[in-house]
Amino acid sequence: MRGNNVVGIIFSNMHDDALKDVTNIRTFGSVPFGGRYRTIDFPLSNMVNSGVNKVGVITKSNYQSLMDHLGSGKAWDLSRKREGLFILPPFGNGNSMYGNRIEALDGISNFLNNCKEKYVILCDCDMVCNLDFKKVLDAHLDTNADITVVYKNGMMPADLSEPVELELNGQDKVTDIVASVSKGEKCSWSMGIYVMKKTYLQQKIGEAVSRNRSNFIRDILQHSVLEDKIYGYKFDGYVGALTSMQSYFGVNMDLMKIEVLRDLFNPMRPIYTKVRDEMPTRYGLGSVVTNSIIADGCVIEGEVENCVLFRGVHVGKGAKISNCIIMQDTVIGDNTVLNYLVSDKDVVFNDGKVMLGVESYPVYVCKGSVV
Amino acid sequence: MYPKQECIAMLLAGGQGSRLYALTKKIAKPAVPFGGKYRIIDFPLSNCVNSGIDTVGVLTQYQPLVLNDYLGNGQPWDLDTMYGGVHALPPYQGTHGADWYKGTANAIYQNIPFIERYNPDYVVILSGDHIYKMDYSEMLAYHKAHKAACTIAAYQVPMEEASRFGILNCNEDGTIYEFDEKPKVPKSNNASMGIYIFSWDKLRKYLEMDEANPDSSNDFGKDVLPAMLNAGEKMVAWKFEGYWKDVGTIDSLWEANMDLLDPKDPLDLSDPSWRIYTRNPVMPPHFVGRNADCQNSLVTEGCVVNGKLEFAILFEGVQVETGAQVTDSIIMPGAKVMEGAVVQYAIVAEDAVIGPGAVVGERPENVENKDDWGISVIGSGVKIGANAVVKAKAMVEEDVPEVTKQ
Repeated sequence: MRGNNVVGIIFSNMHDDALKDVTNIRTFGSVPFGGRYRTIDFPLSNMVNSGVNKVGVITKSNYQSLMDHLGSGKAWDLSRKREGLFILPPFGNGNSMYGNRIEALDGISNFLNNCKEKYVILCDCDMVCNLDFKKVLDAHLDTNADITVVYKNGMMPADLSEPVELELNGQDKVTDIVASVSKGEKCSWSMGIYVMKKTYLQQKIGEAVSRNRSNFIRDILQHSVLEDKIYGYKFDGYVGALTSMQSYFGVNMDLMKIEVLRDLFNPMRPIYTKVRDEMPTRYGLGSVVTNSIIADGCVIEGEVENCVLFRGVHVGKGAKISNCIIMQDTVIGDNTVLNYLVSDKDVVFNDGKVMLGVESYPVYVCKGSVV
Repeated sequence: MYPKQECIAMLLAGGQGSRLYALTKKIAKPAVPFGGKYRIIDFPLSNCVNSGIDTVGVLTQYQPLVLNDYLGNGQPWDLDTMYGGVHALPPYQGTHGADWYKGTANAIYQNIPFIERYNPDYVVILSGDHIYKMDYSEMLAYHKAHKAACTIAAYQVPMEEASRFGILNCNEDGTIYEFDEKPKVPKSNNASMGIYIFSWDKLRKYLEMDEANPDSSNDFGKDVLPAMLNAGEKMVAWKFEGYWKDVGTIDSLWEANMDLLDPKDPLDLSDPSWRIYTRNPVMPPHFVGRNADCQNSLVTEGCVVNGKLEFAILFEGVQVETGAQVTDSIIMPGAKVMEGAVVQYAIVAEDAVIGPGAVVGERPENVENKDDWGISVIGSGVKIGANAVVKAKAMVEEDVPEVTKQ
């Protein structure tokens, strides 16, 4: 079903600081993930699979790789005559670069004014999950809420850049909102995904801007919790929170748990991405590959264990790669040994090199480096 | 009025491919999966695009559902263009009645109005059952340079195999003086590849003559080409060098797939300058489990491998469970090889399920009478019960019940 009266807004540059290394040259939304994806593929596919056919992507800086990835939106079925994909670069007079979420939303006021849709979904790219927005919207309508916040019950991930704990009553109505850091115990933590009426959002943004309030959590959520109806929607599926290089590493490694793989890539709600027309991956004679996620176009002649290999990675004879995330088109020479390492795109490891990181601190190798 | 196209391609994709038996029961031959993620038709279509031909008519007749669906608007091959693009051309009803395509020449004849829309100077005729990478623009340049009426691509086959092919006997300058269909004593080893470039005015003339001849079987090789040669038209052979394989039989389909596993792969599918495009499945990267062992195999997206692969080609979404073994075999999309099953020298079609402990196919060295050996084929959606045994050369189109272990 299409056209469910919802417009999706994705913040592609939020949380850039959480993954400083890999966002140096790109937006958070275009950070490679899981062998063939970019993080924005998850919110974008979730929206499309829920019938949303209008999505605005707010960008700020370094968004060339994002635009290259999204193209016309064809891969997500968003290259359409009626609605489709809208890239929303910084816009406005003078210093138009937004500094926070409220300014970012204020900057797209023209886009929002022109939207005929009644509801908006706000979503970042830091939560890797397969979420059915239809259910969130249904819950939003059932409770007649002003804002519905998607939350997860469990341990709050460490290093969240906007940590928010919800206190809910039995009907999932939010009674208090606490901006707090992870206390190492179970709680209901916000995934930073919101559904509300478009007019409600516009009104709140207008109020905040006119009073020079700049913090979405403090000045809109916490400010409204008593007088407005804020409800929670509990998400039960897998969530991989990308909050730091360590968690980026960990969430990639989570894909090797078959239940996580099946949950994230539910064939009924596929995750779409830009296609590359690579040939299937070729395993050479003598290759030893175990417990790994491997995309198309790789050629593997060495040993690979507990790794995520992106498209077009070459692993030479006698090479030993373990616990690594190796991004697109990296070439690993013969007899090279790599352990606990995140290698960005187009890196070349010459023959016989050794590079070892540790579990709590994976080594990062910049895009295009030659080792 | 359409903008003129210098050269368009017509792809003959209507044949049943009856020698692929179970594999083409529900789909046309060009739609048969090949090489881990492709379908046969991806090769001629990608060749067209890579050669600068962006108008392709695909003549469909037999079981067109999957093929039409697969072609769609041609977007995977960049063929969703404004004027040209890919067009499925099924037989149709006209004011003078309706006809199936009676032969390859008749199929083109019935679509003269389609070709005329583009007012082409040249028409390339292709078939949908060959695996190869060819630059048709080079062949066209040759055709133009020789001012030929027809250019036929020729492949040098080993002399001892020449009697299985249509042989082109040529003069020194490359002009053809004789067609020799499956000659007992071949004079040359120039086999016709079934790829033709015609100057359109000539082709049109001979198609109309052919149609007017009630004794004709309306076939390019049997009727139109000999008629042109007899009438003294200039016909030349263009020698193609590179990998080429007709995949019209189970054995040749299996061999062509296995050729991809050759470390000196004669058909390099990873060449970025000559990509083979395909409709990509929307699936995650494949997962290789702790107990897996992959040797000299091709594996693509959506697969989950926990068993042992040796000389195996797995298409998208294939599952090989723990303790299962796949050797010298092709497992097509969505099929499942369950715990402890063995698949060897076999082609397992889409969505088939090989039950736990079942054995499909036999190694040639384990078969006494060599004539009894051959590739085993499991049809699409067929379920092989637990511990069942499927012999070499078997063609299984119906479910095989479970066998209780003694």
